[in-house]
Amino acid sequence: MEAILAVVVGIFFAVAIYLMLSRHIIRILLGITIFGNAVNLTIFTMGRVVREVPPIIPVDLDVPAGVTANPLPQALILTAIVISFSFFAFLLVLAFRTYQELGTDDTDGMRVAEPEGEELPPLGY
Amino acid sequence: MAVGATEAIDLSRAMVLAPTGAADWLVVAPVVIPLLVGAVLLMFRHETKPQAGVALAGLAATLVGNMLLLARILDEGPVVMTMGRWLPPFGISFTADILGASLSLVATLVALVCAFYSTTDIGTIGRRYGFYPFLMLMMAGVSGSFLTGDIFNLYVWFEVFLISSFGLLVLGSEHRQLDGTTKYAILNLIGTTFFLTATALLYGVFGTLNMADIARKADSVREAAPLTTLAMFFLLAFGMKAAAFPVNFWLPASYHTPRIVTAALFGGVLTKVGVYALLRTLVMLFPPERAILSGVIAWVAAGTMVIGIMGALSQTDLRRVLGFVVISSVGIMLAGLALGSAEGLAGSIFYAFHSMIVMAALYLLAGVMNGIGGSYSLRTLSGLYSAHPMIAAFALLLMLSAAGLPPASGLWPKVMLVRASLDVGQPWLALAVLATGFLTTLALGRVFILAIWRERADAAPMAAASTTPLLGYLALAALALPMLFMGVYPQPVIELAERAAAGILDASAYIDTVFPEGARP
Repeated sequence: MEAILAVVVGIFFAVAIYLMLSRHIIRILLGITIFGNAVNLTIFTMGRVVREVPPIIPVDLDVPAGVTANPLPQALILTAIVISFSFFAFLLVLAFRTYQELGTDDTDGMRVAEPEGEELPPLGY
Repeated sequence: MAVGATEAIDLSRAMVLAPTGAADWLVVAPVVIPLLVGAVLLMFRHETKPQAGVALAGLAATLVGNMLLLARILDEGPVVMTMGRWLPPFGISFTADILGASLSLVATLVALVCAFYSTTDIGTIGRRYGFYPFLMLMMAGVSGSFLTGDIFNLYVWFEVFLISSFGLLVLGSEHRQLDGTTKYAILNLIGTTFFLTATALLYGVFGTLNMADIARKADSVREAAPLTTLAMFFLLAFGMKAAAFPVNFWLPASYHTPRIVTAALFGGVLTKVGVYALLRTLVMLFPPERAILSGVIAWVAAGTMVIGIMGALSQTDLRRVLGFVVISSVGIMLAGLALGSAEGLAGSIFYAFHSMIVMAALYLLAGVMNGIGGSYSLRTLSGLYSAHPMIAAFALLLMLSAAGLPPASGLWPKVMLVRASLDVGQPWLALAVLATGFLTTLALGRVFILAIWRERADAAPMAAASTTPLLGYLALAALALPMLFMGVYPQPVIELAERAAAGILDASAYIDTVFPEGARP
C-alpha cells in the first residue's frame, strides 16, 4: 500500500512542479493546489497506513489492545487542507483581480511594480 | 460500569493534573493578547476612530507580557505550557526560551512603533479595510512562531502571519500592489508548502512533532534516517521565507508596493522569522547535519549579502533600495548559521535584534522623507537638509547603523561575526561581511548625498516644508534610542545573545523543561 501511495505522491509532485514552472498565473495556481494535495498524501503515507482498525480504546483498558490506525496524520491533513483551501480561495480572487486590473495573467507581462527600463539613480550631483 | 472503569485509569500517565500556575500563562500572553485584540478590532472595523488606540494599547500590553516572560526565562530557564493538559509530546507545547522570547520582544517593539506611525499613514479607508486587525493577527502569528515548541504548530503560525501579511500588502488595491502581492503570495505559499513537506517527512522519521522530543531522539535515528535531506528541505523552505539568495526574488518584487508603514513592519519583522526558524531547526534539532551543510549555507550567506547590496546600488526608488538592504542583512545573519560556533550564532542573534529595529526605522525614515520631499525617487528627492536638519540627523544615524559603523548598534554583531569566522577558519566569509558593510555605506551614503545634501533643483519651496513631521520624528526616536543604547553599551545585549545561542547549541535545558525527569522514560 505504501509503495502505491509513494508512486502517486511522486506523480502529484511532478505534475505540480511542472505546472508551477509555467508563466501563467492560473496554471501556477492549479499547480499549487496539486502541490498541496501531494503534501497531504505525503503526510498520510508517512503516518503509516493501517486499515480497518479504528484507534478506539476499549472501555475496560488503558491502552489500545493491538496495532491501530494512526489518527494524527488525519488531524494534520485536516489542518493543512483547511489552510491550503483558504489560501487557494484568496489567491484565486487575487489572481482574478490582478487579471482584471492589469489585463494579463502572464507573469512576464506583469511589470507594474518593477517597470522595465527604469532610470538609473543619478551618477553625480 | 463506566464509572468504575474511569476511576481505575491512571490519568497522570497521559495528562498534566496539576493546574497551570497563574504565572505560567505568561508563555501564551504574547500570542493571546494580539489575537484577542485583533478579533475585537475585526468586529468593530467600521468604527475607524478608536481602532488605532485599541491596537496601540494591545501591542503595549503584548510588549509588557514579552518583557515579563523574558525576565522570567532569564531567571529560571525555558518555560513550557502544554495545550489541553496532555503530557508532551502528545499535546502541543509552547516552549519559550531566550532566543524565541527575546526576538518576540524586539518584534513587538517594532510593531508598536509602526502602529504608532500608522496613525498618520493609514487613513479611514485603510482602517475600514482592516489594517489594525491584520496587524494584530500578524503579530499573533509572529509571536506564535517564536514561542511554539511544536514543528507543525510552527507551520500553522507561519500561515497565520502569512495570510495577514497578504491582507496588509494588498491593502489599497493599487495596480502595483496587486502585481507585488500576487508574486509575494504565490512564492511564499510555495515556500511554506515546502516547509509542510519537510514536516511530513520529519514526522515519518520521528513519529513526533514536538521539537524537544525530536532533539532528544535525533541521535538514535541518525544512522537509519536521511536527516541531511530533511535539513536541506528545511534550509530551502525557511531560506525562501528569509529571502536568502537564490530564492529571494519575491522580496524586491513586493516590499516597495504597500503603504510605507507596512513595508517597515515587513522589512523589520518577517524575514527574521525565517532566520529564527533556520536557527531553531538546523542548530537545535539537526546540529551534525548543519555542519555537513555549512559549506552550502556559507555560499548562500555570502551570495545573499553581496548580491543583495549590489541590487541596492542599482535602484532609484528609495523603497527598492531598502528592499535590497533587507536582503543583504539576511545574508549577514546566515553567516553566523554557516559558522555554527557559539560566537557566530550570538553574532547572528544580536544582528537579528539590530536588523529588526534598523530596517523598520529606515523604512519609516523613507516615509518621513517622502512626506517632506514629496517623492521616493532619488532623481527628484533633494534639499532635505536645508529644510529639515533634524531628518538629516536621523538619516545619518540610521545609515551608519545599517552599514555597521559606530556609534549605533550595527558595529558589534559584525565584530562578533568577523571574529568568529576568523576563529572557525573561514576568512573569506569575514571578507564578505566587511565588503558588504562597505557597499552598504556606498548605497546608503549615496541616498544621503542625493536626498539630503543635494540642493533642490527647482528652487521652489517644498510643499510641506512648513510643517514638522512630529509623529515621524517620535517614531524614529523610539527606534533610534534602543539602537544607540545597543551601540554604546552593548554588553548586556551581547550576553543575552550569547545565552540565547548557548540555549540552542546545548538543548538539554530546553528538553528538560518539556520533559521533566521522571515524567517519561
